[in-house]
Amino acid sequence: MGRKLLLEKAHVEGIRTYEVYRREGGYASVEKALKTMSPDQVTEEVKKSGLRGRGGAGFPAGMKWSFLAKPEGVPRYLVCNADESEPGTFKDRYLMEFIPHLLIEGLIVASYALGSNRTYIYIRGEYAWIVDILETAIAEANANGWLGKNIFGSGFDLQIYVQRGAGAYICGEETALIESLEGKRGNPRIKPPFPAVKGVWDCPTVVNNVETLAAVVPIINLGGEEYAKIGVGKSTGTKLISACGNINKPGVYEIDMTISVEEFIYSDEYCGGIPNGKRLKACIPGGSSVPILPANLLFKTAKGDTRIMNYESLSDGGFATGTMMGSGGFIVLDEDQCVVRHTLTLARFYRHESCGQCSPCREGTGWMEKILKNIETGKGKMSDIDLLWDIQRKIEGNTICPLGDAAAWPVAAALRHFRDEFEWHVLNPVESQQRNFGLAHYADPRPVPATA
Amino acid sequence: MAEEKKLFKVTIDNITIDVEPGTSILNAARMIGGDVAPPAMCYYSKLKGSGGKCRTCLVEVAAGSTADPRPMPKLVASCRTNVMDGMIVKNITSERVIDARNGVVEFLLLNHPLDCPICDQAGECHLQDLSYDHGKEGTRYEFGRRTFEKHDLGPYIQLHMTRCILCYRCVFTADQLTNKRVHGVLDRGDHAEIATYIEKSLDNDFIGNVIDVCPVGALTDKTFRFKNRVWFLKPVDAHRDCPKCSGKVTLWNRGDEVFRVTARKDQWGEVNDWICNECRFEKKATSDWVIEGPTQVSRQSVISQGHYVGLHKPKETLVEVLDGQKPRLLMDIHDVSEVNKPTVDLSKIAGPAHSDDFK
Ligand SMILES: Cc1cc2nc3c(=O)[nH]c(=O)nc-3n(C[C@H](O)[C@H](O)[C@H](O)COP(=O)(O)O)c2cc1C
Ligand code: SF4
Ligand code: SF4
Ligand code: FES
Repeated sequence: MGRKLLLEKAHVEGIRTYEVYRREGGYASVEKALKTMSPDQVTEEVKKSGLRGRGGAGFPAGMKWSFLAKPEGVPRYLVCNADESEPGTFKDRYLMEFIPHLLIEGLIVASYALGSNRTYIYIRGEYAWIVDILETAIAEANANGWLGKNIFGSGFDLQIYVQRGAGAYICGEETALIESLEGKRGNPRIKPPFPAVKGVWDCPTVVNNVETLAAVVPIINLGGEEYAKIGVGKSTGTKLISACGNINKPGVYEIDMTISVEEFIYSDEYCGGIPNGKRLKACIPGGSSVPILPANLLFKTAKGDTRIMNYESLSDGGFATGTMMGSGGFIVLDEDQCVVRHTLTLARFYRHESCGQCSPCREGTGWMEKILKNIETGKGKMSDIDLLWDIQRKIEGNTICPLGDAAAWPVAAALRHFRDEFEWHVLNPVESQQRNFGLAHYADPRPVPATA
Repeated sequence: MAEEKKLFKVTIDNITIDVEPGTSILNAARMIGGDVAPPAMCYYSKLKGSGGKCRTCLVEVAAGSTADPRPMPKLVASCRTNVMDGMIVKNITSERVIDARNGVVEFLLLNHPLDCPICDQAGECHLQDLSYDHGKEGTRYEFGRRTFEKHDLGPYIQLHMTRCILCYRCVFTADQLTNKRVHGVLDRGDHAEIATYIEKSLDNDFIGNVIDVCPVGALTDKTFRFKNRVWFLKPVDAHRDCPKCSGKVTLWNRGDEVFRVTARKDQWGEVNDWICNECRFEKKATSDWVIEGPTQVSRQSVISQGHYVGLHKPKETLVEVLDGQKPRLLMDIHDVSEVNKPTVDLSKIAGPAHSDDFK
């Protein structure tokens, strides 16, 4: 059984309340940080921990904090990104819903390190009931002296505000989030300047994911070095994975990034295998934006190594034969799933969520959706497949924000690995409307290139 | 001795130029001029915050600077990326740029109605120019083009949303020039549109400038709607004493009639001085204005047809032809023949002489 740092206490009766949370050892990291450490020491511990951003990009959190500009007399802000709207990802929701004080605790320590006196939680509009949970937790923290002026005589003031979004995936992109937080239309900003220099109200700002900020708590409690011993390589600590799709036990799991993908899907401790004795066809291990992999590239890398649930191993092979850890939205597809249909679903999502600022994303996402719809409904042409490839290629890398890439990658990966399924749809317009392509050869072992 | 200002050396398409720190790649390229300057559909030097959106100005940075000569992995928007000392940029010398730009033009035209024959912007439309320069014949798009519910923006400004490329210039203009912005971008993605939320007319003073900044025919002058094609009109620079704006405009005339008033534009199609609504919409008589002379029109522009600006006069060759002899008698045929009225001064006729001029 892997080590749990975030969700260990998530099922203690009443842990949502301050009383129980505190009784279970909560807010110890705040005491430790504010009473015995300087802000820079906190940042140093986070650096040592090797913690990588859990929002998707995996950028080292401590490094991000140390980039924060600190001009004299200008306020700095910490913003917690709780917009969680990536299809397949629902880990932050779980954390905030079941153990909200963990996030508040992490926010206090992180705000102290960064010198933020006003910290915001920007939460996805659809998570309406969680706003209440968080506000209750903030009120309890205030009442018990963990927030407010001169917290425990440390001279540090802090207030936390929850801001609800209005239901836009793009507002999870950090600069769109900042715009929306300021009350404007949620369009991503053109970078540079980066938020570390000009963020909320043009002041230096750090935006971090919910899970990233919650992880600060065990890092301070254990010490950065201890934390870094969990996991392997540059994948330190524990990671929340939200698993869904064709598995027996969908849900949120905390893993220590040393278990294999195969074990994660089949062990009873985690996903518990695939229902009805079906076979695995494909998997998207990190949320809808990361490349889909066929079964025969999922458990073993192209080199023949066992694939592990961590940043390095999942991306082994680059985009040609690998994928990404992303935000940890683990989607499993069994042999009855149609990759064309699935890709269409994602393309529809990105078309719908594009902010429309830049031409490649605004126009390209809609175009891809229309072509995919034709292929899926038996009206496609062979040339459509190459056209799709060309469109995604012309979006990727040419847009303002990574949503363009996120829209292009799923299409590219589906075409790369499942091209014959697309061709089958085109060549069998009638049959493809009656049955699925099935597993085909997607689980057949791949020849492993001989190593010298 | 005054401290010498350090200039940055930047090389764009193999041409090196020294520019002030803080200059964008696009503006550096414009200083070089010609084909080196990337096309810009959304950037507008006079509008703060503009640029970065259309992606037509993408360039390749082959070397970031002398200090860090690594290439930038992605193409960058030249309008929003500043030069560094020793930077090497490739615009039309980069195959990646040409490829990406073709893609962007295709995207911009994807849902465009191609209704140039009935569009008042035709002839001065930046999307038309861009398509001629970078577009392909035909389209790979086989679906219906998007349409929008029509919004009425009042008596001055006509909106054709289907032509809009969402450059946001009109939004910045309303923010930065008028006392209150009443229009903006509603909705998102490919259904994003320019509109007022509740049917409102756009009539704040200076709002007329959105017509001039709009690179396409999405916002046109309603008082000029379907009145004439721009290439049949003769642009002349004129001014008046205006208490609100510079009063420096271009009149678009045919004969004596003023069809349209616009701000004057520079070689990049940008307005020099903003003008007020009164100058633009209400002053439609030649007598309202002091005429300065014909407007300089780029030779590449269709508007230059029929205009004789920058005419190259042949030198006086009569003496040469006559072997050094002076002509004994010179007659002005217009004075002598009574065919046309000698009282009409030919040099004062707007455009080529016409029988009407001698009625
Ligand atoms: C379209 C888009 C949506 C995003 N949505 C989220 C989100 O819902 N939650 C999140 O934490 N990060 C999201 N991100 C990533 C953020 O921009 C940012 O990288 C992240 O919040 C940084 O936090 P981290 O360093 O702790 O991971 C999104 C990025 C993009 C481009
Ligand atoms: S890539 Fe898409 S979502 Fe991002 S700024 Fe451009 S249009 Fe908006
Ligand atoms: S209406 Fe014209 S100026 Fe306004 S966003 Fe559209 S194209 Fe740009
Ligand atoms: S002009 Fe640079 S992106 Fe539009």
